[in-house]
Amino acid sequence: MTTTTAPATPPAVEPDPVPPVPSGQVGHRRRHGLLLHVGLIVGLLLMVGPFVWMILGSFKTTGELRRIPPTFIPEDPTTGNYRELFDRLDFPRYFFNSTVVALAVTAGNLLFGSMLGYALAKLEFPGKRVLFVLMLATMMVPAIVTFMPLFVLVSNLGLANTHLGLILPFLVGALGAFLMRQFISTIPDELLDAARIDGAGEYTIFFRIVLPLCGPALATLAILTFLGSWNAFLWPLVVASTEDMYTLPVAIALFAIGQQETNVALQMAGSVVVVLPVVILFVAMQKYVIQGVASTGIK
Amino acid sequence: MTAELSGSAPAVTPLVPLVPQRNRRRAWKQALIGWSFAFPFVALFIVFLAGPILVSFITSFTDLRSTDIRSPFGVNFVGFDNYVDVFTDPTFRKAAVNTAVFVLFGVPLTMVLGLLAAVALNQGVVKIRKVFRLGFFLPYVTSIVAIAVVWRLLLGTDAGLVNGLLDLVGIEGPGWLTDTTYSLPSLIVMAAWRNLGFSMIVFLAGLQAIPTDMYEAASVDGATSWQAFRRITVPLLRPTLLFVSVITSIGYLQFFEEPFVMTQGGPLDSTLSVSFHAFNQFSFGNYGYTAAVSYVLFLAIAIFAFAQFKLLRPKT
Repeated sequence: MTTTTAPATPPAVEPDPVPPVPSGQVGHRRRHGLLLHVGLIVGLLLMVGPFVWMILGSFKTTGELRRIPPTFIPEDPTTGNYRELFDRLDFPRYFFNSTVVALAVTAGNLLFGSMLGYALAKLEFPGKRVLFVLMLATMMVPAIVTFMPLFVLVSNLGLANTHLGLILPFLVGALGAFLMRQFISTIPDELLDAARIDGAGEYTIFFRIVLPLCGPALATLAILTFLGSWNAFLWPLVVASTEDMYTLPVAIALFAIGQQETNVALQMAGSVVVVLPVVILFVAMQKYVIQGVASTGIK
Repeated sequence: MTAELSGSAPAVTPLVPLVPQRNRRRAWKQALIGWSFAFPFVALFIVFLAGPILVSFITSFTDLRSTDIRSPFGVNFVGFDNYVDVFTDPTFRKAAVNTAVFVLFGVPLTMVLGLLAAVALNQGVVKIRKVFRLGFFLPYVTSIVAIAVVWRLLLGTDAGLVNGLLDLVGIEGPGWLTDTTYSLPSLIVMAAWRNLGFSMIVFLAGLQAIPTDMYEAASVDGATSWQAFRRITVPLLRPTLLFVSVITSIGYLQFFEEPFVMTQGGPLDSTLSVSFHAFNQFSFGNYGYTAAVSYVLFLAIAIFAFAQFKLLRPKT
């Protein structure tokens, strides 16, 4: 859990190539290798299959989707589902809500998380250890524990059904501070001491030296926080009570629950719209997601 | 940059103050600077996390209901009544059993599949490994809502893809989500599918830390792949196994969104989880009871995590 990533040499996620095989075992190895690859490909099909089926299904008519035996490739591809979806639901609005909330939550976690991370890693102040332990302890607390008090708090502040109500409770997280603390600990003290001797204040050091060195950690934290917020479901479902405050997952979920099994093709198209931005972001920043998960185990 | 800066000044230069008073002022200043960095986080943390955790704990000993929020003076302390209610409530017991089954079957299944994928990826396909890694990890970063929509259609009784395929080979598939025998196992399989990418990534990182010459030595000594896996991989992966096991259990003990969007807890409460039960009671306005249920869950998570640390801790 306390694996750290050094700024100078980020851990190589790529493993070393297979070691050379002793010649006597080549035949055995080859059969073994074939089995391995077949297994991997079957596994990949099972993992990605539902997504492919979803994308293909979004171009089918509901009639075709419900046919037995099922078709795989759309017989008569149509974009009608997407057009109907955008006609019936205010997608630009949901997209805007999801984006605003996710960006604000990400910005908060980056700034406040790295500030606390710096204080915990490099500064001495009373209460530091207690703070760190308390922060880590809250990571075991199930989300449902704070759900009710948070709802009452946000309602009493008059923030129910507002963007702020969706953002504020998630502006800081223990995981962000933890990740940043681990990373900043690996920055050599000498570097900071040298700047102090040159007369730099702690804020200058933080913004001009520490943060620029934290690129990989900040990228990891940013993408993970953004994904988490984009996919968040329960809190927005309860806090956003009118349609103009819905985030994408809430809108799709309520639409799907309302439709049940009647209009499955539309639901497929809706899911594609929710998933697509995440997939693009994830593919583009794959390296940082995987690094982050591997080093801290967070989503 | 590092070398340049540290070269231009001596590495350690604590300014030794001569007067104790100056020393104290410096300590004050240091504390102030430290806390100024910590303050924004701590303030938000207290208001939106630590505070609610405490409020929830206190609430679990009261008869607070949603209707009392405007006039909190009508609220009474009721001792452990809520906790007694929780444990005598048949719905809670049902939810607790479901959650236990979900964790006891789901965690090992997820970890075994994740380990299999990691070991396989660590051996072959060097060139296109990234494609596989991406594919296996994709469900983990996808919205549960989209996954639920697709899986509900996959597992549909009459027009689902799975039953459609079974029909091709002459098997009449069951109602995966509508039959109480299959609903919870279906959700366990779905959760394993969704989360195995996480275990895989962590295991891959752990596998890379094992030096390859250990396998070479084992191979020279005539060890089979299975022996090498049992005697080298598993023992050296022990800390990683513990980590994945704890994280996955903490997540699975809270499972909620899957049944919420897939089955609404049904049929006949067969997929109702403890978190879901607490959420339902929250919706009904039974805040005291909700708090008690969620604290029981918290306690279960803490005990479970602690037990795993005790059992799986690397032996020294």
